[in-house]
Amino acid sequence: MSQLKHLLSANDLSRDAAIGILDVAEEMAGVNARAIKKLPTLQGKTVVNLFFEDSTRTRISFELAEKRLSADVINFAAKGSSVSKGESLKDTAQTLEAMGADAVVIRHGASGAAQKLAQSGWIDGAIVNAGDGTHEHPTQALLDAFTIRRRVYGVGSSAGRGLDGLKVVIVGDVLHSRVARSNAILLNTLGAEVHFVAPPTLIPADASNIKAKLHYDFDAALAEVKPDAVMMLRIQSERMNASYFPSEREYSRVWGMNSERLAALKPGALLMHPGPMNRGLEITATAADSPNSTILEQVSNGVSVRMAVLYTLLATERN
Amino acid sequence: MANLIIKNATLPNGSVADIAIAGEQITAVGPNLTVTDATVIDATGLVALPGFVDLHTHLREPGFEGSETILTGSQSAAAGGFTAVHAMANTSPVQDTAGVVEQVRTLGLEAGYVDVVPVGAVTVGLEGKQLAELGAMASSKARVRVFSDDGKCVSDPVLMRRALEYVKAFDGVIAQHAQEPRLTEGAQMNEGKVSAELGLTGWPAVAEESIIARDVLLAEHVGSRVHICHLSTAGSVEIVRWAKAKGINVTAEVTPHHLLLTDELARSYDAVYKVNPPLRTQEDVLALRAALVDGTIDIIATDHAPHPIESKDCEWQAAAFGMLGLEIAASVAQEVLVDSGKSDWSRVAQVLSHNPAQIGRLGEQGQEIAAGSVANLTLIDPTAKRVIDGSHSKSDNNPYRGLTLPGAVAHTIYRGYQTVANGQLAETGRA
Repeated sequence: MSQLKHLLSANDLSRDAAIGILDVAEEMAGVNARAIKKLPTLQGKTVVNLFFEDSTRTRISFELAEKRLSADVINFAAKGSSVSKGESLKDTAQTLEAMGADAVVIRHGASGAAQKLAQSGWIDGAIVNAGDGTHEHPTQALLDAFTIRRRVYGVGSSAGRGLDGLKVVIVGDVLHSRVARSNAILLNTLGAEVHFVAPPTLIPADASNIKAKLHYDFDAALAEVKPDAVMMLRIQSERMNASYFPSEREYSRVWGMNSERLAALKPGALLMHPGPMNRGLEITATAADSPNSTILEQVSNGVSVRMAVLYTLLATERN
Repeated sequence: MANLIIKNATLPNGSVADIAIAGEQITAVGPNLTVTDATVIDATGLVALPGFVDLHTHLREPGFEGSETILTGSQSAAAGGFTAVHAMANTSPVQDTAGVVEQVRTLGLEAGYVDVVPVGAVTVGLEGKQLAELGAMASSKARVRVFSDDGKCVSDPVLMRRALEYVKAFDGVIAQHAQEPRLTEGAQMNEGKVSAELGLTGWPAVAEESIIARDVLLAEHVGSRVHICHLSTAGSVEIVRWAKAKGINVTAEVTPHHLLLTDELARSYDAVYKVNPPLRTQEDVLALRAALVDGTIDIIATDHAPHPIESKDCEWQAAAFGMLGLEIAASVAQEVLVDSGKSDWSRVAQVLSHNPAQIGRLGEQGQEIAAGSVANLTLIDPTAKRVIDGSHSKSDNNPYRGLTLPGAVAHTIYRGYQTVANGQLAETGRA
């Protein structure tokens, strides 16, 4: 595990490495439950949150994780990437390198931006992918796995375990979802069975390299799979008028999570959403606020998991 | 110009002969020729081919001289064994008037490394709205016969029909960049299982194939000839094969990169592999190779597309489309046609010289190696193995870097002048 230099894709994680990070996250969750939520682990390390896209939730989650590990934190909101002819990724990266960043947490609208940063030679520090275009969001997948593990096995008895045999249904815009891609990879790595439910327009034309079973009928999928967790994906507003589906009402009716579908879940099944939600579109308020819902747990687990990732990438350098 | 005598060259048909050149012309081809006062080129073991003709080159001048100039592009072409290149119209200003195409031609003459044959834009400013002055470009000193909005598709079916009809008046041809624009909005790479994993917006094969299908039917309807640029999919091959069987006057080109590279390379997110149309799958590569062997595809054209470093050294989505090609085209042809055992050097001569010259209606290029022909020749060392490194282009977006390719250009003779001698580019062009 200590050889992990960057976290760019869920593919970077072997089963052991993934479970290792989840186990460290359990320790971090213990810290986060204390009155003084702080470890000295990354004292003297500089971590830059380089955000080319607005994402307050992800940014503050990383920021909190970094601060709880005592890192020096810089938030760099790079408005206007080279895509829109602003400062280029290269110049930004070299600037951060010149300032001595030990790690860069990058959110970027272009798929592959994190990998490009890691492989370019522009920068020496560790790179953490905090979401690249429609490609991946590996820390989201880790926090989702962490959330499932804790709910299914219980907080005290999760350590060391994968998600073997668990069934997870991911619903919605798989085509454009970095959350779906990273989750499909990591859930398989951890032994879970992955199912996609989506309109055919929102599934990649050839998804044969993605290990997931495809369903077009949400109700039939719930009845057949009997999932341990259902993960709802956000519908981005720019999809609404691009003929991916006829209307928001139809989407909500056919692909949304509502009271009836909630009632069809087996007892204790998790209802997940990476946030931010479109209440009334992909998920109704009743469902979002139900006991099955793990939406707020996902948020707090996000901090623990991101602490674990930064610890794994940076703290090992000391040895 | 000095007289040349090429000794013991292997001709495309496999026979060995000497080739005598006086001034711009081949004066004799045969065994044991003796010429006094001639520079001797020992071509023992070398294959002599008619000088290569590229139907699809981006020389970038005027407008984008930071990427390439007509001089540097001509030098790269000569180094690759070419004696003529068709300079694509997407310059700035666009090559859509007689004035611009004549300027490009003049700069080509001044460079003196290859015939620079301007391609005319089909529509004003490549905007796809109204026809450019095709007739004026055809009757200009540049004698334009190939018209293309390359980089953009002439997607309006009525405009395409009119263009196909109009150029019949002067035996022109429309070279179509087949890309249905709505199906490829924001497209970044081949749509398939790799794009699904990488989260890059897909460029589906059907966006190319649907335009080719439409255009061969239009060409049939109006009795025109149409040329398909950079065919990239197995489905496109099937459509062209069908159209040719039906007697439709269609020709097709394939690029070296679509014959060699696949979309798996995009996994690196290294934008040196970003090109339009995109690199496709191994199945497509095999279909394109077979089609080049069986004649469904008529020519190899490079789509040499230089770009400055900053247009490639960035995130994939922000990067420009295109890659270099002039200096590896002959090697790829050798690998696909000769070294594969599936065809021979005479087919190389067809796809790199005779056929593109014929499509472009260039009388003084692509001729047989025979007395009376213009002395445009390329001598290839087929036994050489090259590890691809730099090139003579002004740009460096070279996806072949580090690959080992067969064959090397030993000599290029352009209108009797040695632009390449013993693998070295001449310091100056032909006066």
